[in-house]
Amino acid sequence: MSTSDNSRADNPMMAQARELLTQLESGNSVDAMQTISSLHFQRDQFLYQEVGKLTRSLHTAIRNFDIDTADDNAAAKDMSKMSDASDRLNYVIEKTENAANKTMDLVEDTIPISSDLGDQARSLKSEWTKLMNKQMKPDEFRALTKQMDSFLDLAAGETSKIDQNLSNILLAQDFQDLTGQVIKRVITLVKDVESNLVELVRMAGTVDHIAGIQHEEEEATIANPEEDAVGAEGPIINAEERDDVVTSQDDVDDLLSSLGF
Amino acid sequence: MKILIVDDFSTMRRIIKNLLRDLGFTNTQEADDGSSALPLLKSSDFDFLVTDWNMPGMTGIELLKAVRADEKLQSLPVLMVTAEAKREQIIEAAQAGVNGYVVKPFTAQALKEKIEKIFERVDG
Repeated sequence: MSTSDNSRADNPMMAQARELLTQLESGNSVDAMQTISSLHFQRDQFLYQEVGKLTRSLHTAIRNFDIDTADDNAAAKDMSKMSDASDRLNYVIEKTENAANKTMDLVEDTIPISSDLGDQARSLKSEWTKLMNKQMKPDEFRALTKQMDSFLDLAAGETSKIDQNLSNILLAQDFQDLTGQVIKRVITLVKDVESNLVELVRMAGTVDHIAGIQHEEEEATIANPEEDAVGAEGPIINAEERDDVVTSQDDVDDLLSSLGF
Repeated sequence: MKILIVDDFSTMRRIIKNLLRDLGFTNTQEADDGSSALPLLKSSDFDFLVTDWNMPGMTGIELLKAVRADEKLQSLPVLMVTAEAKREQIIEAAQAGVNGYVVKPFTAQALKEKIEKIFERVDG
C-alpha cells in the first residue's frame, strides 16, 4: 500500500471495505473488527498527513520571510536580526521617524539663515535706493560699501550652508528604499499566510468530508467589530471607492457648514 | 496664547508646533495622548487645544468630550487635526463641540485658516 499518495488513499480503503463486507457476511467478527480498526488507522494517518503538509507549508512560509543575509552591508545585517513582521514594521516606523526628524532639524536650521539673508538684502536695498536717487551723503556711502562688502561675504558663506542643508535633506530620504523593501517583504508574508489559510480552510473541508463532520451555520452570528460605535480607522487608503468618507478638506468644510458650523 | 498639541507621533507634534510658530504662536506644550493631556489642561491655563483623534490610551474624541464635560475647560477652543475622515466621525466631533476639523494630510494654509476662523468666532 502506498502511503505517500493520499489522493488515492481511498483505493486500498475500498479494498478493505469489501474485505470487511465479506468478513461480516461470513460471520468472522474478530477479523471484521481488525479490518475496522485498520480502516480507522488509515483515516487517522491521512488526516495527520494533511495536517503535517499544512504545518510544513506554514513553516516554509515563515522561514522564507527571513531576509537574505548574503549581502554584507550594514543595513542588510540590521534587517537580518529581525525575525518577525512586527519588528520589520517597527523598523519602518523608526526609519521614517528618524528621517522626518533629520529633515525637520535641517529645515529649522535653514529657515533663520535665509530669513537673515532676506532681512539684510532688504536693508541694503533701501540704502541702495538712496544711492540711485543721489540722496546719499559721502559718510553714508562709506557705510554702505562696508555693509555691501560684509553682505556679499555672508551671502557666499550662508548660501553654501543652505546648499549643504538641502543636500542633507535629500539624503535623509534614503529611508524610502529600505522601508520599501521591508514593506514589500511584509506584504509577501501576508499573502503567503493568506494563501496558506485558504489552503487550511480547503483542507479543513476535506477533513470534514472524510470524517463526515457537519457544522451548524454559525457565520451569521459572528459580530463585525469594525461596525460597533464610531471607531478610529486611521488614514483612508481607498477614499475614492467609498461614500462614507470625505476626500478633502473642502468636503469636511462643506459637511460642517451643512451642520450649521 | 498658550497652546497644547496632542498627538501620539512626535514628528506630527513637531510639524504642528513649527506651523504654529510661523503663525506667531510660540507658547506651546505637547502631550502624546488624551490621558496625559487632560491633567495638563486642568492644571494649567491653556487657551487652545490641537488634538489628533486616533491615539493609544485616551483618544482625541474622548478628550474632546472630557473637556466639554469639565466646568473649567468647557469653553476651551478645540481643533481636531486627524487622518480620521469618515463622515460619521466628523459629525460626532461636531456634535461633541469641536471648533474646527482638519484632515491629514493638511497644508499650512488649511491649518492657518481654521485657527484664524476659530479665534474670529471666539473673539467676536
